[in-house]
Amino acid sequence: MNDNDLVLEVKNLSAWYRENDGRGRRVRHDVLHDIDFTLRRGEILGLVGESGTGKTTLVRCILGLLDTHTGEVVHYTKRPQMIFQDPLSSLNPAYTVGWILEEPLRIYGKYDAPERKRRVAEIVELVGLPADCVTRKPRELSGGQRQRVSIGVALIQKPSLIIADEPVSALDVTIQRQILELMRSLRDEYRLSFLFISHDLNVVYQLCDRVMVMKKGRIVEQNTVAELFANPREEYTKTLLAAAD
Amino acid sequence: MKKRNYYLLFGAILTAAVLAFILLGYFWTPCDPMKMDGAARSAAPSLRHLMGTDKFGRDILSRVMKGAGATFLVAFGTVVIGTVIGTLVGALTGYFGGWLDEVLMRFNDALSAFPGFLLALVLVSVLGPGRRHLLLALGIVFIPSYARIVRTEFKRASVQNYVKSARLMGASTFRILFVHILPNILTVLLSAITIGFNNAVLAEAAMSYLGIGVSPDEASLGYMLSDSQAYLSTTPWYALGAGLVIVLLILGVGLIGEGLQRKDL
Repeated sequence: MNDNDLVLEVKNLSAWYRENDGRGRRVRHDVLHDIDFTLRRGEILGLVGESGTGKTTLVRCILGLLDTHTGEVVHYTKRPQMIFQDPLSSLNPAYTVGWILEEPLRIYGKYDAPERKRRVAEIVELVGLPADCVTRKPRELSGGQRQRVSIGVALIQKPSLIIADEPVSALDVTIQRQILELMRSLRDEYRLSFLFISHDLNVVYQLCDRVMVMKKGRIVEQNTVAELFANPREEYTKTLLAAAD
Repeated sequence: MKKRNYYLLFGAILTAAVLAFILLGYFWTPCDPMKMDGAARSAAPSLRHLMGTDKFGRDILSRVMKGAGATFLVAFGTVVIGTVIGTLVGALTGYFGGWLDEVLMRFNDALSAFPGFLLALVLVSVLGPGRRHLLLALGIVFIPSYARIVRTEFKRASVQNYVKSARLMGASTFRILFVHILPNILTVLLSAITIGFNNAVLAEAAMSYLGIGVSPDEASLGYMLSDSQAYLSTTPWYALGAGLVIVLLILGVGLIGEGLQRKDL
């Protein structure tokens, strides 16, 4: 493995929150323990585990939104972008799709208006949205279209890594497949990397190259999809797989 | 299909009519509002004096036209001060939370603990009388309620994913606050503004009624109302003229506020 091929390296990451214990004392609540993993260019890495195991906390650490941690998160590329579970809440309801897609470019500030419009049109086509959607507001689109918009918002910033937090769990199966297909084609064409968080093992099986299984803030198993689904080593993974059938 | 929003429609028509009336008053009044007509003291409404005259023989319609302008300016200025500062305070406290929130909101609490009227009275007596000081005093009194409303909305918005997303794009805090979040709370803010405007009209009327606020020569509606009280039995049209304009203005703006609240529901 070539080191230049890495996009993300997480070393020995432990994280915690400070919480009130109800008696006015601040107590430390440990969430992540010794997380170690790497993510290569063009790889789709699945992260599975029950809710409350610290998946979201891990994401916050990767994005640099949580200061209370030890260990290291090394980004070898630009900052990652994020796709959320509910695109309706991640797209600003007051603006049109065109405005929302253009906003990262406005903030970046190096493009003039026609150039921005041109890039937006490109992205709209790339993520498979109808061209006239730029004049509409997010709530006027279907769930699948909204998720395409949020993928577009991430893509227009030309990231190398996209963190997708349950991006398809709010969509029905047909639409799910289309979105997964889109993500896969983006990976193939642009060598994008994805950290794909899901509790749906079927989806993970369809999309990911490797999977990490998380339990109570630790990564208990990490393997290629084929290996993990064929020979789960950990008891916990077996129960997860059994529950998914 | 969308249902027609009659609240908004009628509110807008009514408010526009009153505004036109006020605007007209700046350039033209049927008589000189200051001119005293000794021959027509306390005259009942007639073709020459549509709303009658007061005890000095001044044309009430003309005085109402001028006075409504003064009232409107004070109310407008009050709302501008209250909204701008209140929004700023509310946005910062709601978005950042923490000690900034604690400090500013406790200050806010202290300010709103005084009865608004009393506070305005104190401020006016400290600053001295006059339209500008009245406007400033009322504006300060209005800040806490706006700050509270805006704070709640910003607090709610700040945990939304679209704000997180904006942060990931590298948007500045200023941009997140006023470009990303503010448009989303505009409906709430606008209806607060209309309610606030009405309260300001009433507050100005009340303050002038008590004789603080605008000076007699720039008579506002409230001043005229209070002045008319003594002659209610002999010249009831005096009170009616001033009262009617206040009622119409408040009704119009109130309807707009109601209409805004019902929009997009």
